Amino acid sequence: MKYGNEIVLLALAAFAALLGAAFAQDSQFGAHMWVLFFALAGGATVLLRTGNYAPAAAAPADSSPYMDGPIRYGVIATVFWGVTGFLVGVVVAAQLAFPDLNIEPWLNFGRLRPLHTSAVVFAFGGNALIATSFYVVQRTSRARLFGGNLAWYVFWGYQLFIVMAATGYLLGITQSREYAEPEWYVDIFLTIVWVAYLAVFLGTILNRKEPHIYVANWFYLAFIITIAMLHVVNNLAVPASFLGSKSYSLFSGVQDALTQWWYGHNAVGFFLTAGFLGMMYYFVPKQVERPVYSYRLSIIHFWSLIFLYIWAGPHHLHYTALPDWAQTLGMVFSIMLWMPSWGGMINGLMTLSGAWDKIRTDPIVRMMVLAIAFYGMSTFEGPMMSIKAVNSLSHYTEWTIGHVHSGALGWNGMITFGAIYFLVPRLWGRERLYSLRLVTWHFWLATLGIVVYAAVMWVAGISQGLMWREYDEQGFLVYSFAESVAAMAPYYVVRTIGGLMYLAGALVMAWNVYMTIRGHQRQEEPMPTSAPALQPAQ
Amino acid sequence: MALLDKHKTIEKNATLLLVGTLLVVSIGGLVQITPLFYLENTIEKVEGMRPYSPLELAGRNIYIREGCYTCHSQMIRPFRDEVERYGHYSLAAESMYDHPFQWGSKRTGPDLARVGNRYSNEWHVQHLVEPRSVVPESVMPSYAFLKETPLAVKTISYDLIANRRVGVPYSDEMIASADADIKAQADPNADTSGVLARYPKAKLGDFDGDPAALTEMDALVAYLQMLGTLVDFSTYDPATGYR
Repeated sequence: MKYGNEIVLLALAAFAALLGAAFAQDSQFGAHMWVLFFALAGGATVLLRTGNYAPAAAAPADSSPYMDGPIRYGVIATVFWGVTGFLVGVVVAAQLAFPDLNIEPWLNFGRLRPLHTSAVVFAFGGNALIATSFYVVQRTSRARLFGGNLAWYVFWGYQLFIVMAATGYLLGITQSREYAEPEWYVDIFLTIVWVAYLAVFLGTILNRKEPHIYVANWFYLAFIITIAMLHVVNNLAVPASFLGSKSYSLFSGVQDALTQWWYGHNAVGFFLTAGFLGMMYYFVPKQVERPVYSYRLSIIHFWSLIFLYIWAGPHHLHYTALPDWAQTLGMVFSIMLWMPSWGGMINGLMTLSGAWDKIRTDPIVRMMVLAIAFYGMSTFEGPMMSIKAVNSLSHYTEWTIGHVHSGALGWNGMITFGAIYFLVPRLWGRERLYSLRLVTWHFWLATLGIVVYAAVMWVAGISQGLMWREYDEQGFLVYSFAESVAAMAPYYVVRTIGGLMYLAGALVMAWNVYMTIRGHQRQEEPMPTSAPALQPAQ
Repeated sequence: MALLDKHKTIEKNATLLLVGTLLVVSIGGLVQITPLFYLENTIEKVEGMRPYSPLELAGRNIYIREGCYTCHSQMIRPFRDEVERYGHYSLAAESMYDHPFQWGSKRTGPDLARVGNRYSNEWHVQHLVEPRSVVPESVMPSYAFLKETPLAVKTISYDLIANRRVGVPYSDEMIASADADIKAQADPNADTSGVLARYPKAKLGDFDGDPAALTEMDALVAYLQMLGTLVDFSTYDPATGYR
């Protein structure tokens, strides 16, 4: 029977979840286990209804050289979680502008903010990374994904992780470690999924028919194994009960803070940078039809980036109780990190050598170029903010939020959108996208949204920092804290508008992707000059 | 460059690439984090630090559950304006029993490292129920439901045991009396000499304005009221903290 083992396993796991709900030590864990039960039982039911009862041998052999099923699902999941994550972002932004939008207890800011960050970083970004890495590793290795259905397990396992993390936040289940909020049992599950992901990816590389491992795969591989290391160490904790949601971190105070920001900064460094650089090194050359600018630069870029990034964590802890030597070390390495970051930017941008006109004629190239430009901008801003004197002003303020978003919206978002527009026609065998004009609309909505967001947060953050430290001539603090909160009100409103524009762009993309998958082609004027026709799917 | 040409060896061998990457990304963390566990001057010795009382620990868990750390820091930096606004800069020792730490990264609201004893219990309850009734500029959500939610006390000893496993010096006596202590600390009629002996400087009495019920509001306010109050800075010698 098709899916026989899977159905039995899912049903057993659902039963275990039910037992967990029955014997839960705290009400949050009980509720969470009900969520798990419905997710697993729903999965088993769907498999039962789609399974056929003929003997397994009847299934026709898949003749295509590559396994693209999980990638198609991954692209759809990326779009879905992207829109969801941006929507939650707009909601939390609006809550700061209009605090009456908080609905206690489940939809308060404190529970929704981790939902927003996890949804965009891990659900949107993570699905984009998994889907593109599966696509890239097969094409550049000329080998089918290793492990057969293991890739499907990675996809669905990762979705279950997202659902458990997200519902956990709303229920109040959190470790309070930024970007590592899920509790111990969800962490253990993610570790298993991640090991399976590594097996699929590395197995495919080992099966390659190309002698060389392509540079994009170095970055993807570094991303996968470093995230595994960071995730395991940062989440070391002792649960209060095996049937309860609460756990206590193995480390405390200073050591805990540095471990967390070693993780936190390298979630940026390896999840949001190394992994997405893998995307850049494949999709930019493919879309502009030029080879990567410099092979040697990519070697230097890779090794120096992964070596330096891991040191930068302490810049999140300047002037705290962390020993000075560690703070200084973090600052020095953060500044050095500027060089490999810009080396990568140059390598990406200069790939357009001889094809710069495509910025004008191809909105997908335009999107990718803007992504690289924002990568360059935020990797300059980051080292600057890691200088202790600058950090004394910027830390704890909205400036940090602006910085994060210029990186996340500008770099991660735009390079992912570019990759999605590249992938969708190829994965579904369509001649072209439904509409290139809509890509242009998406480009401008997103770009203007980012500019509004980042500019407003700079002004807000610097004002905030200056208000906190302002003294009058008699030596008294000029502003109460509450006055600095009141001063933020207009910025919070405008920031929400910037976020809404970015969300609107993502909705345009979702429509474009949907119509492309359905096989429609919008009748529209071609782009200004003779844009080269897109390649048919490989 | 001849060296870069040798890179071929690595990019033709997945195992080498994997091992090389793992080595390169391990160095930074090993150099920065490991010494913190061995260098004696990571955490200076100060008088007054003690583990959280069961009620404070329960309150701290509510603080974590509600994501208070997303808007409030608990780390005062050694700047004139911060020290004048919030009090003495935070010491490493003051978070030595914090699993996990709550230093935070953002001040949408003010720092809370020394909020203890600054406001009355009544102010805290009113502020948590309806923030803008006491601070009109506030953008904080309402936490009125804490007042209606009975505090889960059944498993508090498990929490103390888990904390002991990660290094917090809870004694057998503290664990054995945790169930009684969590109720006694918020009960104005209880004998609290045991609580005070085990947890010096603990704030006692009813916190949420309803002596009959032990609610999550009691626990959260008890936690807020002890923040930053344990170390006596009149006797603290900054030279011991010099690193």
